[in-house]
Amino acid sequence: MTVSQAEIDIEKGAAAPSPYVPRMARIVAAEQMTETERFFRLEMEDGVPLGHQPGQFVGVTVFGLGEAPISICSSPTQGDAFELTVRSAGMVTGALMKHKQGDRLGIRGPFGNHFGYEAMKGQDVLFVAGGLGLAPTRSLIRYVLDGRKDYGQVTILVGAREPKLLLFRDELEAWTKRKDADCRVTVDRPDPSWKGNVGVITRLFRQVKVNAARTFAVIVGPPVMFKFTVLEALAGGIPEHRIICSLERHMKCGIGKCGHCQIRGTYVCRDGPVFTYEQVKRLREGI
Amino acid sequence: MLPHVLKKSDLGAWVGALMAEQRVAGPVRRETAPNDGRELFGWDYLAEPGDLRLDYDVTVLGPKKFLWPPRQRLVSYRLGGDPKPEPILEHEPQVLLGVHPCDITAIGTLDAAFGKDIPDPHYLARRADTVLVGIDCAGPCDEDTSFCLDMGSLYPESGYDMMLTDLGEAYFVETKTAKGQALVEAGKMKPAAKADLEARQAFTGKKRGAFRTKLPFEVKYLPEILDASYDSLVWEAIARQCFSCGACNTTCPTCYCFDVYEDVAMDLTKGCRVRRYDSCQLDPFATVAGGENFREHRWSRLRHRMFRKGKFILEQTGRPGCVGCGRCERACVAHISIKETFVQIAGSR
Repeated sequence: MTVSQAEIDIEKGAAAPSPYVPRMARIVAAEQMTETERFFRLEMEDGVPLGHQPGQFVGVTVFGLGEAPISICSSPTQGDAFELTVRSAGMVTGALMKHKQGDRLGIRGPFGNHFGYEAMKGQDVLFVAGGLGLAPTRSLIRYVLDGRKDYGQVTILVGAREPKLLLFRDELEAWTKRKDADCRVTVDRPDPSWKGNVGVITRLFRQVKVNAARTFAVIVGPPVMFKFTVLEALAGGIPEHRIICSLERHMKCGIGKCGHCQIRGTYVCRDGPVFTYEQVKRLREGI
Repeated sequence: MLPHVLKKSDLGAWVGALMAEQRVAGPVRRETAPNDGRELFGWDYLAEPGDLRLDYDVTVLGPKKFLWPPRQRLVSYRLGGDPKPEPILEHEPQVLLGVHPCDITAIGTLDAAFGKDIPDPHYLARRADTVLVGIDCAGPCDEDTSFCLDMGSLYPESGYDMMLTDLGEAYFVETKTAKGQALVEAGKMKPAAKADLEARQAFTGKKRGAFRTKLPFEVKYLPEILDASYDSLVWEAIARQCFSCGACNTTCPTCYCFDVYEDVAMDLTKGCRVRRYDSCQLDPFATVAGGENFREHRWSRLRHRMFRKGKFILEQTGRPGCVGCGRCERACVAHISIKETFVQIAGSR
């Protein structure tokens, strides 16, 4: 085997800072969004901003319990503080449900690549977000809306199983009222108070007109939604490399070492979490 | 750096002198196999110079554990209002004495994995504080399972500080680095004479004749062969026997995946973040919070491991993910062989 001797400087690496030590952050706002999802706004305590990009994630530490990888749901255009939407799913995220303003958390990151907004400038952007997928998608929605004139037509489709599971309800309402964006919300199972769309998100997809040649589709949601929505996007003529998604994995290190997020030769934490459908379909174990 | 020779009768004194300066780990006899009386060896820190057994054949675990311990503390913190997280870098000078070529090659893979991109000082600080002394192999340690010649790990050209070769009455001593050279001074070593050089050449000549290839293809084609087999039923077929126990990962000298957990003091005043070996063969390895498991089938996990060993690690680090040591096969209760798997997929294309 031809083994290329990788250029590894052991002495230099031995003196490098540990990538596993969290920095301290303070919760400046916290709000329960649904029964199982809680919103946080955080500031780094050392005064050095997180410096995140839309689509990146952080490792959130509850000291004594552990760390969980969480998508950043805010845009850098919103200032140096950053926002997270956490769903209670395990020990760490369960404990986060009780955290409130003034509490302190450990933060590592930001990790991963970001949504390629550079290429979207001057183009139409179609967002499709299902369930908690709205959290990472919101980082880009806010980015695009904050630089609205740089983009063409903006369409936002949001789906949830039930009205009470909808995240960012105030913002959804504000987006719906905007003249410069087409925002539509649907639920699978309405309650008596629900007056909006009913049905899976693919039905919303068919209501909107897409100029396939100039559209980027950003699709984030549970695997089952992803599959059917990509099908709609492809049926609408959007090419594979303009269909963009964000993958969920349980990263333990965030720096391409621990192996948990590996899909074939790809580390989602380092090479993702944002991928095009063209890339994801080759990964096979991806969705 | 000029080669030396160390008489076997002077080995103990040399090892003793090294032990006086730092911890020295090497192969030692663990026990005698009850069925066939064969001696069984393991890697350990030496208690006595005489415990060192440079004539060992195989060990269940390689010297990896001294650089990449099964459990390693990463971060300490306090509980309560002010956690003050601090890195834990535990390392002290050590010599790994008697590393076989396959394990030297494997350590090179770990160096690359932890050193590339964002460096991992928890591994690299231990590595920087370690002197690697190899012992060359005269013949296969285990004819059934090893395939180091195929995997290109039998003749490492670098990655060690000193190499010993057993010439019968003495060891031929070659040094590669200043760290290796420094060890020469600790022993009664003589510069190698012409006859010693000839004996070393004769050893290499014999060594070349003692090993044979076992794969029906050159290893440079392995990534391609794996790719062509990705959708084959062969993975399901092989995995029928697999228990998903992860013994292959635990014994592999290049596996470096890990899990992270918290170890909290009984009085709840402080804690630390610890990492431990993890196994891609275990069911929850690729499971996410929502409950999706992206490699839920046993065969998909087995396939993932074989791809890591034959392709992914090579592509990631430029170093082999499998060094052909045969440990995973010997540890496997179901006798699944990575070597036979590579043979089989080449045939099932």
